Amino acid sequence: MAIPESKSSSSLIMPGEATSTCWSCGTMRAVHFCSACGKVQPPVPVDYFTFFNLPRKLNLDPAILEQEFYELSRKLHPDVYARAGKQEQEWSMEQSSLLNDAYRTLKDPIKRTQYLLRLEGVELEEQSKNATEKARATGEVKKQVVPPDLLEEVFELNLQLEELRGQKKMGEDDPALIEEIGRQKLELEEKYEALLNELKSYWNQWDKAVDTGTEEDRRQVRDKMLDLLNRRNYIRNLVRDVNEALED
Amino acid sequence: MISDRIVGIDLGTTNSLVAFMQEESPVVIPGDDGSNLVPSVVALDERDQIIVGNAARKYLIETPERAVYSVKRLMGRGVEDIQEELKLFPFRLAEDLQAGEVLRIKLGQKTFTPPEISAFILRQLKRNAERFFGAPVTKAVITVPAYFNDAQRQATKDAGRIAGLEVLRLVNEPTAASLAYGLDKKQNGIVAVYDLGGGTFDISILKLHDGIFEVIATNGDTHLGGDDIDNLLIRIALDDIRGDMGLDLSRNGEMVATIRKAVIEAKIALSAQPATRFAIALPQGNRYQREITREQFEQLIQPIVDRTVGPCKQALKDAKLKPEQIDEVVLVGGSTRIPKVRALVEELFQRKPHTDLNPDEVVALGAAVQANILGGGSEATENMLLLDVTPLSLGIEVAGGVTDKIILRNSTIPASATQYYTTQIDGQANVAIHVLQGERELARDCRSLARFDLKGIPPMPAGMPRVEVRFLIDANGILHVSAREQRSGKEAEIEVQPSYGLTDDQVEGMILDSFDYAEEDFRRRQVIEARNEAETILAALEKGKKSPAWGQLTGDEKKQIAKLEKALNQVKTEDDYAAIRKAIDTLNQGTMRLAELMMDSAVSTALKGKTMDEADLGEGPAAGHPVAKADFQ
Repeated sequence: MAIPESKSSSSLIMPGEATSTCWSCGTMRAVHFCSACGKVQPPVPVDYFTFFNLPRKLNLDPAILEQEFYELSRKLHPDVYARAGKQEQEWSMEQSSLLNDAYRTLKDPIKRTQYLLRLEGVELEEQSKNATEKARATGEVKKQVVPPDLLEEVFELNLQLEELRGQKKMGEDDPALIEEIGRQKLELEEKYEALLNELKSYWNQWDKAVDTGTEEDRRQVRDKMLDLLNRRNYIRNLVRDVNEALED
Repeated sequence: MISDRIVGIDLGTTNSLVAFMQEESPVVIPGDDGSNLVPSVVALDERDQIIVGNAARKYLIETPERAVYSVKRLMGRGVEDIQEELKLFPFRLAEDLQAGEVLRIKLGQKTFTPPEISAFILRQLKRNAERFFGAPVTKAVITVPAYFNDAQRQATKDAGRIAGLEVLRLVNEPTAASLAYGLDKKQNGIVAVYDLGGGTFDISILKLHDGIFEVIATNGDTHLGGDDIDNLLIRIALDDIRGDMGLDLSRNGEMVATIRKAVIEAKIALSAQPATRFAIALPQGNRYQREITREQFEQLIQPIVDRTVGPCKQALKDAKLKPEQIDEVVLVGGSTRIPKVRALVEELFQRKPHTDLNPDEVVALGAAVQANILGGGSEATENMLLLDVTPLSLGIEVAGGVTDKIILRNSTIPASATQYYTTQIDGQANVAIHVLQGERELARDCRSLARFDLKGIPPMPAGMPRVEVRFLIDANGILHVSAREQRSGKEAEIEVQPSYGLTDDQVEGMILDSFDYAEEDFRRRQVIEARNEAETILAALEKGKKSPAWGQLTGDEKKQIAKLEKALNQVKTEDDYAAIRKAIDTLNQGTMRLAELMMDSAVSTALKGKTMDEADLGEGPAAGHPVAKADFQ
């Protein structure tokens, strides 16, 4: 069985290339289709922001992105090239898959942030992913670093989950305990949601740093966002564990 | 160009249809029996000829071992995942079937794969369209259930190729239906399409925006439909008969087919009336009679109908929508005629569903709309564009038998993902990749799509090669894989072993026969039809010669007609369609005055107090020659 070398490379991370001339009419063209004759162009490796002609910023109007997505779809979708030659059909399939991948990534706040961090060379989830696979392969229990602000809560919750599992094994049932765990789960879910607002404040910091900040400013915001995404993952896994314990 | 005419085909579990865009609206093309629906039944007659549609239905009862229905349930599936089907359907598998081989169904002493049987149905639809247009049809859009996986889609595409059709696009059935509805509505909003057919269930949620039909989420069950209701009722009838009379008919193919026919009739009747009864004549003069009320029926089918609720809720959840955010609900598929199903949909989405288009035809009509779009569009379809999604996540197996999802379900297609692979041993030349489809965590719970072997990796120390593998799901929902070793820049060779399905060579072999046959068919049929037409016009001319009008012609006119008559008599025995056609047309022209004179005399006869009927107008040569039905097996 082959082992994927890295997940992070599931996107094309290359600097935007200068656009050249249209294969069909020779005019200067846009990334995906010719601005003069409208024909689809062979795909060039560009990042998703460049594909949509956007700066590498995180605040983004979803309505405008959607409008742009629809317009590019009308120009690039394979349906439009059903009667064209084989080569154009292939380019259209490549280009519209790029368009769809880019849109899917950019329209989602979390995916957009993760993607930008990867573009900036941040290794995301890499450690935890490899660790997860290793744990699965060897059957070891995976160790995770608990975010400091959750330490106390998690400790308490784990004790209760332990108790619940114990009771379930004995066929007992403690409604008070289940209710208490349910309450904590709700709190975690609220925290999870709140993180999105915190993330948005970092977007503002990032976008400002792109315009006027130093490399050091940008590094600091990147670290904050990475930390937030890790905390978010941690809470998500915790909620999943709670759900499993309650369902079992 | 007429030869470029693209048709839309709904290849259904129970019925199939072919439609096309006439002027600005889609229409269904009827078969030679005048019916819009071609039952998806295929039989092999005593002379080993393939019979399709209504004509094949009688074989289901008379010689069930020579007929097959609902073959769509077997498309793209292996013998191990149809065990449930085998209990409920009278599928007869070939005895020498090997594990991992594509299924083969026995009809009489012959065996056919499900794509071949589907191809027979497609060929019938193709013929119906050709008869309608008077020209060959080679391109089609074919619909599939939205929840069909890669193997099922590939099998459908193969069936098209075998039937001699270039499949320009596979369109999801509920999405096609929304196109048919959207055509005259031209509005923006969120639409849910609930599609319960003969054997499959789909739910799709779409966003309509200025002609863009964007599917947001889809879900379903490819083994849930009217068939399941029929099977439930058959089982109850069989149990009844065993209980009351001690007769076990479950292995009696003929009796099961008879009962099946009766329960389907009862099911249909109960959509319109509060109660119905069915009576079946049994062996040894026995009789099975039963009355069933709609209330009882609804209780019986409740568990089946309820199975559609889960997928609907999941689709709403995936679309991040609440039921009240849905603007319109559209019903598709024959099973949505059942009042209980309508009530359930109304409750689920909290609004009355649309039923203005015939639920049996709407998918084919939508396929015709998509065919028109692909053909370059028209005024009616201007600005219309379909953005569909992949219904199931695509994953690859990683260490520990876990599925690593690389393209998530409900991603807009075409969609792609790139993965990088390396070697684990020095000098390793091959890397194996196992591609899966499904939502489950473990590889063994997902559907195996294919195993790929990356071959010819240049010898390097372990971990050094970097093979880029690109997975791309095209606009048909079908997977393509390509690979490149990055350090050497070499294209890596990929050897694909589809887990289910025919290899390219196998399909190729099946096409050649039937394709040649189909082409030859068409020419033969054209010639036969032209000959029949020639006979009609010659017979009319004989009649004309005996009429008083003949005497009014000049000698030259008569001579000219005789010349044309001789010419037609000569070419009609030859196999040259164009020559026969031309001779018919010139004779038609040459007898124009005779026809007029006959008409005049008929009118004056009428004035003498006779009715037109009595006047025996005769079929004057110019009376327009109806296309005679071809005498064709």
